[in-house]
Amino acid sequence: MSQDVVTELADRPLLEAIATSYNYWITIFLMVSGLYIVVARSNMIKSLVGLGIFQTSVYLLYLSPGKILGGTAPILTDGAQIYSNPLPHVLILTAIVVGVATLALGLALTVRVHEAYGTIEEDEITLIVDREDYAEAGEDAETTP
Amino acid sequence: MAAGPGFDVAANLPALQVMVPLIGSVICAVIRQRHLCAAITILCSAVMPVIAFLILWQVQASGTISYAMGGWAPPIGIEYRIDTINAFLLVLVSLMGAVVALYAPRSVGNEIRPEKQGWYYSMYLMCLAGLLGMAITGDAFNVFVFMEISSLAMYTLIALGSERRALVAAFQYLIIGTIGASFYVIGVGLLFLVTGSLNLWDIAQRLPEVENLRSVVAGLAFIVVGFGLKLAMFPMHLWLPNAYAFAPTVATAFIASTATKVAIYLLLRFAFSVFGVDYLTEHAPGGEVFLILAALAMLVCSVSAIFQINIKRMLAYSSVAQVGYMLAGIAIATDIGLTGSISHMFNHAIVKACLFLAVGCIFFSTGVTRIENMAGIGRTMPLTMAAFVIAGLGLIGVPGTAGFVSKWYLVQAAADVGNLLIIAVIMVSSVLAVIYLGRVVEIAWFREPKAAVVRKPPVEMMAMTWVLAVATIWFGVQTDLSAGVPTIAAAELLAGWAE
Amino acid sequence: MILDVILRVAAKMFIPFILMFGLYVQLHGDFGPGGGFQAGVIIAAAVILYAIVFGKDAATRVVPKWAVEQMVPLGVLIFAGVGVWSMINGGEYLNYNVLLHAGEPIGTYDAVHGQHWGVFLVEIGVLVTVTGTMLTIFYSFTGRGRPE
Repeated sequence: MSQDVVTELADRPLLEAIATSYNYWITIFLMVSGLYIVVARSNMIKSLVGLGIFQTSVYLLYLSPGKILGGTAPILTDGAQIYSNPLPHVLILTAIVVGVATLALGLALTVRVHEAYGTIEEDEITLIVDREDYAEAGEDAETTP
Repeated sequence: MAAGPGFDVAANLPALQVMVPLIGSVICAVIRQRHLCAAITILCSAVMPVIAFLILWQVQASGTISYAMGGWAPPIGIEYRIDTINAFLLVLVSLMGAVVALYAPRSVGNEIRPEKQGWYYSMYLMCLAGLLGMAITGDAFNVFVFMEISSLAMYTLIALGSERRALVAAFQYLIIGTIGASFYVIGVGLLFLVTGSLNLWDIAQRLPEVENLRSVVAGLAFIVVGFGLKLAMFPMHLWLPNAYAFAPTVATAFIASTATKVAIYLLLRFAFSVFGVDYLTEHAPGGEVFLILAALAMLVCSVSAIFQINIKRMLAYSSVAQVGYMLAGIAIATDIGLTGSISHMFNHAIVKACLFLAVGCIFFSTGVTRIENMAGIGRTMPLTMAAFVIAGLGLIGVPGTAGFVSKWYLVQAAADVGNLLIIAVIMVSSVLAVIYLGRVVEIAWFREPKAAVVRKPPVEMMAMTWVLAVATIWFGVQTDLSAGVPTIAAAELLAGWAE
Repeated sequence: MILDVILRVAAKMFIPFILMFGLYVQLHGDFGPGGGFQAGVIIAAAVILYAIVFGKDAATRVVPKWAVEQMVPLGVLIFAGVGVWSMINGGEYLNYNVLLHAGEPIGTYDAVHGQHWGVFLVEIGVLVTVTGTMLTIFYSFTGRGRPE
């Protein structure tokens, strides 16, 4: 992208700028709302949902520029001149797998936390933890192995 | 490299460095019999330093190594690109991995339930493979994949801790770690959109054409924040104390000595090799901000360490403070500053691993983790506490220990740029380290014994703790590896990759 | 659930086709869209459908839990094994060119066949791991009761 294109992009009216690059606005919206859910919710499942939304925005960020208007699937055929970029799809396939692994591990930890504490609200867990922390040093649960 | 006949070990060292622990981990997951898994882990981990030293030797003899994964030449394929700093990092991570693996079996046997020990070894090797992969690869997306491999293994290692709080710590780390990794991917995505490349070397060549674009600055910002979360940059360090405190002690020793270092290496790699000093000074002048954050980390976290009641948490806060030292050297961004930072990574890894291993010995023998319950440990377990004290001196930076060498470089770098405030902060932070370590020493040596020593720590645990304690002294005197190699690495980093 | 005739009949009819479609996606992956990830999820979906309709016990009789847990590392081993094999043959890790048909002079290989078989074997590894992982996740979460 040359410098002229950049200044040209920057000079356009706001609405037009939003309308022509709406894919990025969707990405930004998902990114911010996902991050907000992660930060604002104390329920562990909801945190994971927020994390999922946040990661989805990353997938979109990669995928949407990979589609080239008028381009076909990147398989050599007669008559096709423009191809979409296949690389982002491969990358995001990997990222999705990583995301699934993270989500599975997060849910597994949530199950274990629920079994151990009886709640998955981080506020309530913090209260329990604080009580343990300020328990008398002499009567803490430390035992010889 | 042309496909020749036969197995060419020398040419395939970079692949072996990552694949040996990865395959070992998978075999452990198939077998899951704890003694066999321990044997496999020790075998794989012991091979790692050999490979790493061979790679370092190759790099020093013949310059940068480029290894084309799958025979696809860079920048199309994934490239393993190794120059002095990654070779040094590989040595650091694999040495720590080997020491901790040799220490592990009986400590793991004590802290983790028998049916889960096979998984511990599998995850340990997976984490090792991921960290080595992050250090070795020259492909931006491959960094992300290895980062997630090591992180997922790390969350599991932390969750294996015996207390129920380990689960919460692991969950919080999972959330923060995933956000950090996602930030990194966003940054790489922005760079990919403007340069069309994922190979770090190739990105460095293409960036000068597009360096005025705002998305490049945004990409750099996302990458820095992503690594900032991963390396526990103040104030993004809140996940770290709990994660270190409630993981099994062996896992803590390994994570504390390697994970943050690899993230710092990647920060260095992106800031200096890919973007270059010129770009940073011209487009993203953030040196002062980093210096302030580094100074705050040194002061605030050292003070926090003083007030901890759990010894592992105390050492964890001290780790964040030590990360501050490394960041200070990076922010100064001179030859000596970078040398100090890289050297401090190495020295801090040795010192902190030694401290955690000593704590592991104490926990094995007496079951205490609270500092006030450690009263008189110095009299009942003099050898262990002596190693603890030696490593503690190294952490404080007493002349003649490893910590002194790197701190000296940092002070010198700060003096060169005339920043007396940073020198003062380094001094104050070292005094604070004297206070929090002195408190432990006072309780352990000068009070009546309180906790009974149920059993002696096993020979191999003591031996590994002492290996690191001796290394603390050794690298305080013999600095060829711990300061000589970082000097070359710093020069290479400052030169940058862009031609 | 076990008494629901329509679901049982429909599931019985569908499951073979789902499995077949999974294999198609897997084996056709080198000529068109598809591959181990997608096929693994489809095959796992067939088993999960079976488990939902006929109960988890029936599913674990067909596909036992220990088997799926072993599938996860085994697939990675297949993948890594291909890489190691190409290293033993003198190429880089995962260099499929040198996988097959060592010929004369020594050190030459049939690169076309090698690439074909390399991708094929690696995708089988992916299939095994993905199927195993999906089913392990499913079994682990369904196997845990609510602690009262």
